[in-house]
Amino acid sequence: MPRRVRLVAQGVALGVVALLFVLLAWSLVNDEGGDLAAAASRGERPEAPDFRLERLDRQGALQLSSLRGKAIVLNVWASWCLPCKEEAPYIERVWTRNRARDVVVLGLDAKDFRVDARRFVQRFGLTFPIVYDGPGNTLDGYGVTGFPETFVLDREGRVIEAFAGAINSAEDRARLRSAIGRALSS
Amino acid sequence: MRLVAPLVLVVLLSAALAGSSTAAGPPTAADLEAELVCPVCETTLDQSNAPVAVRMKAFIRTRIAAGDSEQEIKDALVAQFGPGVLATPSKRGFGLLAWLLPLAGGLVAVVTVGVLVRSWSRRRAPTDEPEGPLDPSLERLVDEELARFDG
Repeated sequence: MPRRVRLVAQGVALGVVALLFVLLAWSLVNDEGGDLAAAASRGERPEAPDFRLERLDRQGALQLSSLRGKAIVLNVWASWCLPCKEEAPYIERVWTRNRARDVVVLGLDAKDFRVDARRFVQRFGLTFPIVYDGPGNTLDGYGVTGFPETFVLDREGRVIEAFAGAINSAEDRARLRSAIGRALSS
Repeated sequence: MRLVAPLVLVVLLSAALAGSSTAAGPPTAADLEAELVCPVCETTLDQSNAPVAVRMKAFIRTRIAAGDSEQEIKDALVAQFGPGVLATPSKRGFGLLAWLLPLAGGLVAVVTVGVLVRSWSRRRAPTDEPEGPLDPSLERLVDEELARFDG
């Protein structure tokens, strides 16, 4: 094999290896899944990953960043999830009690059949806006590992509190009220 | 060598693309459950009893009873949960790349090895040709030695 061809082949091979290392480093640096709740608990207020998803409750799509300026309670659920059924009436109450205070409760239904999700919405009489993410692509960015999970975002779109599991206990509900208050005063 | 590589590619492509998609008859729940992935636990449906997997199995049975084809059922589930529910990439559109790239990579490897082997075998082949002109003084010395040997 001519020397020049060999040099080119070696250069290409080295380039491919370097590219793979760059990709690995990039994925490690950008893999922040699971850190949001921990960072929020340390008081760091990490920025919530933006998303644009189709709405389940009506036609069209909703972009998270379009709600900037309001406090947001982002509730991640699925119709097949038992704790979500227990929690749903309480989340609806949070919405009805706070909607006049510049608070938006936003449901995020993931890894679910649309028809099941709509049935769930009807069954529990949910009236807050809900977006649909069938493949669950947004979940990794938030570090969601189970259902339900709830995130409280301040007016700047930063996560100030996170709840893994249903918000059922008096302690969790007090923590949610406190987080909404802090989100509104941000 | 030049004929073998494309032949290997054609055979591999045919085998890969023919695959299971040409299976005759109505789909069975067991087959589909082995080819679809639970979006929560990320194992195939036949290995999962997660609530969403149970719901998907019920959906599959309903659609089979309604007379849907295997592809129609897969398309319906992909529309809900995305292409990640397919245990193997689609053999259409962008998913086809996942099937073709390994074959193309194999072909490139075969061609590369062939070229290298050919290059090495040529380098090591004995040659009768002189490597270059002999130094005149050395040539004269050789002639004198040969003449003395003959003489």
